[in-house]
Amino acid sequence: MIRFSESHEYVRVEGEYGFIGVSDYAQKQLGNVVYVDMPEPGDELEQGEDFGAIESVKAASDLIAPVSGEVVEINEALADNPRLVNQDAMANWIVKVKLSDPGELDNLMDEAAYEAFCNKG
Amino acid sequence: MEENKKTCLYDRHVAQGALMSPFGGFDMPIQYRGIIEEHNAVRNACGVFDVSHMGEVIVTGRDATRFVNYIFSNDVTPASAGQCLYGMMLNADGGVVDDLLVYKFSETKYLLVINASNIAKDEAWIEERMNDDNPDTPGHPFRVDVEMVSDVTSELAVQGPEAEKVVGEVLGIGCSDLTFYTFKETTFKGHDILISRTGYTGEDGFEIYGADGDIVAMWDLLMESGRCEPCGLGCRDTLRFEVGLPLYGDELADDITPVEACLTMFVKLDKAPFMGRDKVAAQKAAGAPRKLVGIELADRAVPRHGYEVLDTDGEVVGHVTTGYQSISVGKSIAMALVDSRYAALGTPLGVRIRRKVFPCVVVGKKFYKKSYKK
Repeated sequence: MIRFSESHEYVRVEGEYGFIGVSDYAQKQLGNVVYVDMPEPGDELEQGEDFGAIESVKAASDLIAPVSGEVVEINEALADNPRLVNQDAMANWIVKVKLSDPGELDNLMDEAAYEAFCNKG
Repeated sequence: MEENKKTCLYDRHVAQGALMSPFGGFDMPIQYRGIIEEHNAVRNACGVFDVSHMGEVIVTGRDATRFVNYIFSNDVTPASAGQCLYGMMLNADGGVVDDLLVYKFSETKYLLVINASNIAKDEAWIEERMNDDNPDTPGHPFRVDVEMVSDVTSELAVQGPEAEKVVGEVLGIGCSDLTFYTFKETTFKGHDILISRTGYTGEDGFEIYGADGDIVAMWDLLMESGRCEPCGLGCRDTLRFEVGLPLYGDELADDITPVEACLTMFVKLDKAPFMGRDKVAAQKAAGAPRKLVGIELADRAVPRHGYEVLDTDGEVVGHVTTGYQSISVGKSIAMALVDSRYAALGTPLGVRIRRKVFPCVVVGKKFYKKSYKK
């Protein structure tokens, strides 16, 4: 199951874990990603709060947590090669969290709804 | 809200898919293909920028030389006709009203090229200065005419190692005879234009001024040729930053002096009195409280305009004026205005980037070597 936020993050849910990244739409808007500012394992994310940032050449954009939970892993590959986000944003998640409130997923959009949301501009 | 102005190339930018954004009161292209691609095109080949947003002011009259020298920090007196000079207009406190290029046509005619974001302020300031006493003739103002021609002047910057060939072969404008910081009046398709060997990228290149129709025709020829990358203001900023050129609003402001910005070589203290001179002279002698430095981070995080710069005890000692993960240098670097006590090369500092403080060190701010053709 995958869900999207209005701030263009996604969470791919596998069991009790969620893999959080930015959508393909978001990476296209950002352009060349040059840095991903990630939290540390053990940090607590809260739905709707920023947990890091993603930087293109021109600007920094906050990363907003689509769900709450404890960070159990960060995608270390992005530290050395942030452009992986441009190459495949959906495969290159940023943090893996243990979901603290799966009910929050109901506040997010499914793929069809998100696509419509992006097209609306 | 007041609507932004559009340059004569606005329709071209939109049709070519540029990302548009407001800058200096204009809707300007920020990027076409991407900042990195455009940046590299200028470093390695040739790119063209629409810089029609820049402001132009023509000063003519008997006292033109004296007046320009009174409002401008550099000295136009020894310059010959056909020469360009970089410098600043300073306020009475020595702060920078604007930085600009001055084109000397003769002792009685000059063109001032000013920043888009400062056009209204500069025009008002220049008009005020016209009423000041001419120090040469106390009790009498300057005998000059000042004409604001921004709205009828458009401008292209063709920049990069291939620029000379592209301008000559694609536009048919002979420019090999121009040396660095010189200009000439010539024609394009029978119409008067002005071309100078100047730019804001650290590369060889030209800036061409003309009427809207001619600038649009040049743009079209450059696009058809396939030899010139359309570039937006995004890479104009990364290019100028890497070679340590200041941008008004970042490194320069009404309350930043040329001493602080390390631009005293463009302030001629020994010429006849001019506005801001005494403050700059005093600060140069006593030392400025702040200084513009380069900083380099070990990490890849990006220091951006306004971020705090800290000493090793965590006290704020300055702020970042411009910063990037540099395209040509490959490091996270910035220019920062810091307390002068922390300006020595090698001084360890930190930059606060969101929640963390990243260690950095003071370095020279010419991060990338300019390759001007002199």
